[in-house]
Amino acid sequence: MNWLDLLEEIYWSLSANKVRSFLTVLGIVIGIGSVIAMVAVGQGAKDGIQASIQSVGSNLIIITPGAQRGVGSQVNAGRGSAQTLTQADADAIKSTVPLIQSTAPELSRRYQVTSRGKNTNTQIIGTVPEYPDVRKVEITDGSFITSKHLSSNDKVAVIGPQARDDLFGVDAAVVGQSIRINNIEFKIVGITKAKGGSGFSNPDSNIFIPITTAQRYLAGDVYVSTISVEAQDQESMPTVQQNITDLLMQRHKIISPQPADFSVLNQADIVATASSITNTFTMLLASIAGISLLVGGIGIMNMMLTTVTERTREIGLRKAIGADRKDISAQFLLEAVTLTFAGGVFGIILGWLLSLAVAKFAGMNTQISLSSILLAFGVSALIGVIFGYYPASRAAKLNPIDALRYE
Amino acid sequence: MIEIKNITKNYNTGEIEFQALKGVTFTIKDGEFVAIMGPSGSGKSTLMNILGALDIPTSGKYLLDGQDVSSLSESELAKIRKEKIGFVFQSFNLLKRTTVIRNVALPLLYTGMPKAQRLIKAKEALASSGFEENHYYHLSNQLSGGQMQRVAIARALVNNPSLILADEPTGNLDTKTGEKVLETFKKLNNQGHTIILITHEPDVARHANRIIVIRDGLIEKEEIVKH
Repeated sequence: MNWLDLLEEIYWSLSANKVRSFLTVLGIVIGIGSVIAMVAVGQGAKDGIQASIQSVGSNLIIITPGAQRGVGSQVNAGRGSAQTLTQADADAIKSTVPLIQSTAPELSRRYQVTSRGKNTNTQIIGTVPEYPDVRKVEITDGSFITSKHLSSNDKVAVIGPQARDDLFGVDAAVVGQSIRINNIEFKIVGITKAKGGSGFSNPDSNIFIPITTAQRYLAGDVYVSTISVEAQDQESMPTVQQNITDLLMQRHKIISPQPADFSVLNQADIVATASSITNTFTMLLASIAGISLLVGGIGIMNMMLTTVTERTREIGLRKAIGADRKDISAQFLLEAVTLTFAGGVFGIILGWLLSLAVAKFAGMNTQISLSSILLAFGVSALIGVIFGYYPASRAAKLNPIDALRYE
Repeated sequence: MIEIKNITKNYNTGEIEFQALKGVTFTIKDGEFVAIMGPSGSGKSTLMNILGALDIPTSGKYLLDGQDVSSLSESELAKIRKEKIGFVFQSFNLLKRTTVIRNVALPLLYTGMPKAQRLIKAKEALASSGFEENHYYHLSNQLSGGQMQRVAIARALVNNPSLILADEPTGNLDTKTGEKVLETFKKLNNQGHTIILITHEPDVARHANRIIVIRDGLIEKEEIVKH
């Protein structure tokens, strides 16, 4: 019996019992469909979280000061509150640590900002021209701070779109206009591109000024609040992180067992942590859906066993006219695989529609991966083989004499 | 040519051993029309299973066209059935919700013959069994009993077997339809087919040219029928 004949036999057998075939396939459709949809939701959430972490910058290492501690006191203030990082530290990192793409120290603090008639309280970030590269900030209008601004302590500002909306009104043209930060007048030279909020701080309401200007006119000292370092690539991040730690320990004269007065955060660690959370979440969803797939598979086995019993005489006849075990088991096994494979195809379509619906109505990011589709195909065919094998071998082992007499 | 030499068949049902055939010997030549007759429990069904290569004897020899069939494996028996034997059953055993032509072509499916040729052979067989041509594509469950048995006869003919085995072919038919079916067998016999008819009714057995009567696992008598 060739494949085409076999498929034709299976078509006739399955279409002889359309309703039952349909209901059996439905079990697999729902199983596969929910696996696809759940994995799509999980993947979408993972991609979304990773994208929002990556939007802060890639291959990023962030150095913040340690906790402040009063002289002779055991009470620690919050991390980052101490003034232990200086402009000199930033310069040293930039000039001595290898494998660094660029370095951007910043001095940020919240100040009251006023324009004509309006005012807001927002984060003022004093920084350097490298900052946009390191932290993935784009400029839509005008330009970012230049090294010339830096060297001459210019009172210029680059403002975020949210800050602009708060101070001047939505989408106002503001390059060339003035704002007052802490009552000092700054000229606006650029607007950053909207990034969207990420977590508690909204990067769109930040205002950037030259770090030298911030140190001289706003803070009055040379400390920096954060140093952002972009490593050349993913692989060099651990080395860079270690080198920076060693350098700063040495510069701050701290010997190893003593606690460092700064901390070095690696962005890859943050991404890995977030990924492991979303992976767990995806696994949970997929395993719940997997249970329904298992139930669908048992449904297939149940239907095939019923079919074998119901078609005992047919099996007897087929054997009497010359079919051997191989022919019979091939037919029944392939019937099961056809059902589950059809279930797989429609399940993928259902899963795809479900994830589109989730994306549209729940506003969640969903991502159907090719691997989950291929896996669904494989799993559905495999379920057919596993749950079809026992009924098929039972059919093949029937004795033709008994089978022909079966009532 | 069928040669049955001192065949016995024992069944083990639990602890009780039952001998269904106790040493049966006969020969059927090509082109004969033989009825095997006997009451239920006589061993005629066991004999039919052995003749149809569905089962093997406990001892003795069964030669079909010179080939020893009595000690073959399950798949070798399937091959014999596929090539040399055509079955007609009391309850027709057609595939439900399947067209007449597919039912008839079914035995050829397992021979690996191309589909177009299978359909040609099926049509030839249907014509020989006297089935109406305009019903070839009807579904089997839409037919009358007589039509169903003609389809079953055509199916038995389709692989041009050495032997057609008919097990109570008229058992589920009324007398008039049964007569017509038996005439069909006679006609096929005249065309040269070897036919073995298994029945418990003497009136049915009379249609054959020779009657072998089985009782308690032994041949009770043989008689030639004068027509």
